[in-house]
Amino acid sequence: MADQKVVIIGSGPAGLTAGLYAARANLKPLLIEGLEAGGQLMLTTMVENWPGFRDGIMGPDLMSEMRAQAERFGTEIIQSNVASVDLKHRPFTLTLSDGRKITTESLIIATGASARWLEIGSDRKLSGRGVSTCATCDGYFFRGRPIAVVGGGDSAMEEAIYLTKFASKVTVIHRRDSLRASKIMQDKAFANSKIEFIWDSEISEVRDVGKGEVTSVVVRNLKTGARTELPLDGVFIAIGHTPNTKLFEGQLELDPAGYIITHAGTRTSVPGVFAAGDVQDHVYRQAVTAAGSGCMAAIDAERYLEGLPQHVGEAQIA
Amino acid sequence: MASEKVKTFTDSNFDDETKNGVVIVDFWAEWCGPCRRIAPIIDELAADFEGRAVIGKMNVDENPAIPTNRFQVRGIPTILLLKNGQLEETVVGLATKQDLARMIERHL
Repeated sequence: MADQKVVIIGSGPAGLTAGLYAARANLKPLLIEGLEAGGQLMLTTMVENWPGFRDGIMGPDLMSEMRAQAERFGTEIIQSNVASVDLKHRPFTLTLSDGRKITTESLIIATGASARWLEIGSDRKLSGRGVSTCATCDGYFFRGRPIAVVGGGDSAMEEAIYLTKFASKVTVIHRRDSLRASKIMQDKAFANSKIEFIWDSEISEVRDVGKGEVTSVVVRNLKTGARTELPLDGVFIAIGHTPNTKLFEGQLELDPAGYIITHAGTRTSVPGVFAAGDVQDHVYRQAVTAAGSGCMAAIDAERYLEGLPQHVGEAQIA
Repeated sequence: MASEKVKTFTDSNFDDETKNGVVIVDFWAEWCGPCRRIAPIIDELAADFEGRAVIGKMNVDENPAIPTNRFQVRGIPTILLLKNGQLEETVVGLATKQDLARMIERHL
């Protein structure tokens, strides 16, 4: 007998919505909430595109509501990290970082995605010392200082605009000659007098690793090859995300970028294992699409369980 | 509030409190959500390592000198491990209790 009918790994909109639906289906779900509890919305301020809040809602507040709702209907939430999983045997086994093992008949993976780094060596080395991937977390340290934001999408624009509350100047460095951000975000960024743009360029080095703090960046123009040094105190990287799927390598089919491949809803390459949210979506990556897929995963898991020999004949209440 | 086993470091007491033995310094601030997430882990480490290592917190809002000038902290949470006053390890961002405990054991 497995410990659980369904375990959910992840506590962002996908995981919590899966928890809510699974709980209301009387599956008594266990949700494992890691260190980055609440997911990416915890790192943002006002969310204006989550439907239902005409004046917007703060990311952390929205996640707090989702979490309370999932718990209200019976989702058991534990705070832990999953160190490894065994999806090759049934029931599936999860091993937590404290050594505890949990067995489960079905699994919903909603581990989301983490910010990508430039991976030029100097960026990682100066992490926490002037290089960051989170404007709301670290903007505070750059009051009155000049900084750069790398990226051309919505997140980069949002971070750049947010940072103008602290920084003296924000230079957006983008490798193309136009932004891929939504029109509304582009307009806001262009209208902001503290934001400047460097186009067709990338950062080839963050200095000064030897000193242990950011003093400047070397910017390379991708069209001309010219390099210039831009003195500044901080670099915020906003070039997109990478899915958190290291745990599942070799056990689930992943696409070349590391995203879990899903079909027929949220089904993965292993029956009984479902994936929801950014961990399996590199197209939409919105909170609302993550929540939608979390709901789908719970329903897929419920139907899977109903089909298992040991559960045939059980009625579920939705 | 942190447990009483967790020391409070300030710009004025820092050097005295960290000059001997293995010391963990957890930089934090009220407005830092992830810092609050680490707080219970710091409490547990303080209890687990009582008598063997000193575990303490330093508020970056209240202490403008040491975090910013001496250690160039530009992001929190940041956890430092000092041994006899020397910086040996730096952990930027979130970490599990197991990872931090292993790191401390390595220096004892």
